[in-house]
Amino acid sequence: MDAGARRLRDFAMHYVIIGAGPAGVTAAEAIRQGDPGGAISLIGDEPEAPYSRMAIPYLLTGQIDEAGTHLRPAVDHYARLGIDTLSGCRVTNIDPLGHQLSLDDGRRRGFDRLLIATGSHPSRPPIDGLDLPGVHHCWTLDDARRIAALAKPGAKVVLMGAGFVGTIVLEALARRRVALTVVEMGDRMVPRMMDDIAGTMLKRWCESRGVAVRTSTRIVGIDAQAPSLGVRLEGGETLPADLVVVSTGVRPNLDFLAGSGIATAEGVLVDDHLQTNMPGIYAAGDVCQSADMVSGAAEVHAIQPTAAEHGRVAAANMVGNDLPFIGSLNMNVLDTLGLVSTSFGHWQGNGGSSVRHQDGWRYLRLEFDHAEDRLIGAQTVGLTEHVGVLRGLIQSKRRLGPWKDILMSHPEQFMQGYVATVGV
Amino acid sequence: MQKALLITPQLCTGCRQCEMACSYEKEGVFNPARSRIRVFDFHAEARFVPYTCTQCDQAWCKSACPVDAIQIDFATGAKVVYENRCVGCKVCTIACPFGTVNYNADTGKVVKCDLCGGDPACAKACPTRAITYVDAEQTGYDKMRVWAMKTDTAHQAQA
Repeated sequence: MDAGARRLRDFAMHYVIIGAGPAGVTAAEAIRQGDPGGAISLIGDEPEAPYSRMAIPYLLTGQIDEAGTHLRPAVDHYARLGIDTLSGCRVTNIDPLGHQLSLDDGRRRGFDRLLIATGSHPSRPPIDGLDLPGVHHCWTLDDARRIAALAKPGAKVVLMGAGFVGTIVLEALARRRVALTVVEMGDRMVPRMMDDIAGTMLKRWCESRGVAVRTSTRIVGIDAQAPSLGVRLEGGETLPADLVVVSTGVRPNLDFLAGSGIATAEGVLVDDHLQTNMPGIYAAGDVCQSADMVSGAAEVHAIQPTAAEHGRVAAANMVGNDLPFIGSLNMNVLDTLGLVSTSFGHWQGNGGSSVRHQDGWRYLRLEFDHAEDRLIGAQTVGLTEHVGVLRGLIQSKRRLGPWKDILMSHPEQFMQGYVATVGV
Repeated sequence: MQKALLITPQLCTGCRQCEMACSYEKEGVFNPARSRIRVFDFHAEARFVPYTCTQCDQAWCKSACPVDAIQIDFATGAKVVYENRCVGCKVCTIACPFGTVNYNADTGKVVKCDLCGGDPACAKACPTRAITYVDAEQTGYDKMRVWAMKTDTAHQAQA
């Protein structure tokens, strides 16, 4: 902003958003709605238009092009809303009391209200060889381009990690007809999202479709092994690979906050209005550690719906409304080569009643609160009808009355249970 | 004036004409399993409840979509899935707390009620007026909103 524009806008509130993912973009739009005259800056550290990481697998399968990953399709979307976008710019330091931040090109920016929506980054497992050519995370558009160049039909690909993100990438890689081996430390696929029954179902399903899945297996290093790579497993075996995709979880992008005085734990700590310990500074998305809807404990839920909801709520409070955050519900949906699975809330249970029902490639688990007749968690495999209502039942904390017993013997009637207890 | 589907379960006889009409209108087949409105049968109480998207203000599906494939039709207020943008990630199917966005494995896209562009086939097909399409300001509309709020929980005041 030049000096003239700055003077013109002196009367206006200046909102700065760090991070151009779903949380940041949703917040920028909501701020514009709530404060038509405010100045809004949206700072992203990648050179692209704001895009969705979640769309990357569909880019890899060729279903969409790069423009199809953009969070908002209209190229003039941000300009039309008067949102000033700075791309390829990283914030290196925040001075909360001086209301200033520093960028990696040496510039400084002032702010009146700040949103930290810096997302997360792939974690690096402590092994050798991660920097070799042909070893990539699958996190950014740039990663996707590199993977697309190597994941040719028949190429030997080793996927390190079968967590949620890894398993989404698995689907995309398998559809590119590579020779795929998945190596997971845990005893099943998606161990943090799925229980032993569901995680084992996913493994068997993948194997039945030609994907080798090695669970309870640790990769100890990656070697350059002309003409490609060797992936060393604990126990001595080496898997040859043209491409290694490393997907061993993500961590919030917090490092730049060191010394700023902004309180962090696993993520940026916030109050029930998503404000940090510093007045006027808020956090949203993968980097934000906010209340879990079921337990109330502060947790990082690195999922799209929470990012969007954080963005909406933080924005409302940044423009001066009083909108408490009702809490985040951890949930995921996966499509693994046609087998769809979901998990919601506290699927591990809290000591209350629990029902698990498996029938062929279908599985349903419901967990009820230990003290009240309400649902606190659920998992499904092989079901797609009305699954959102599992969120509805958990989020509304609806007392189920006689339906708790019905669901204990007929868990597949969860939608009927929902409709029956709506009270229409 | 914006209109909304008003569902009065007490008038529903369970004939499922709405499901047939919806599946024919939207999918070109008479197949209740493909319908975007569903009639739930509670035999023990001899009660039928037609159920579909309330086009809620919160639009959980829309805000959860990572590629902006769900948009509001400003003529009807309906939240509409744009199939050419939908990548089939299914996040909206878990984000909608009403369970009214579903995945269609045949097309690889999600489907939901779009109010048929302002002339909903289910309402036209209902012989008992259990499903009507009425001015949104009528009292029935508030009832639909109350229904919606029961899932939205408190604190959903608009920003």
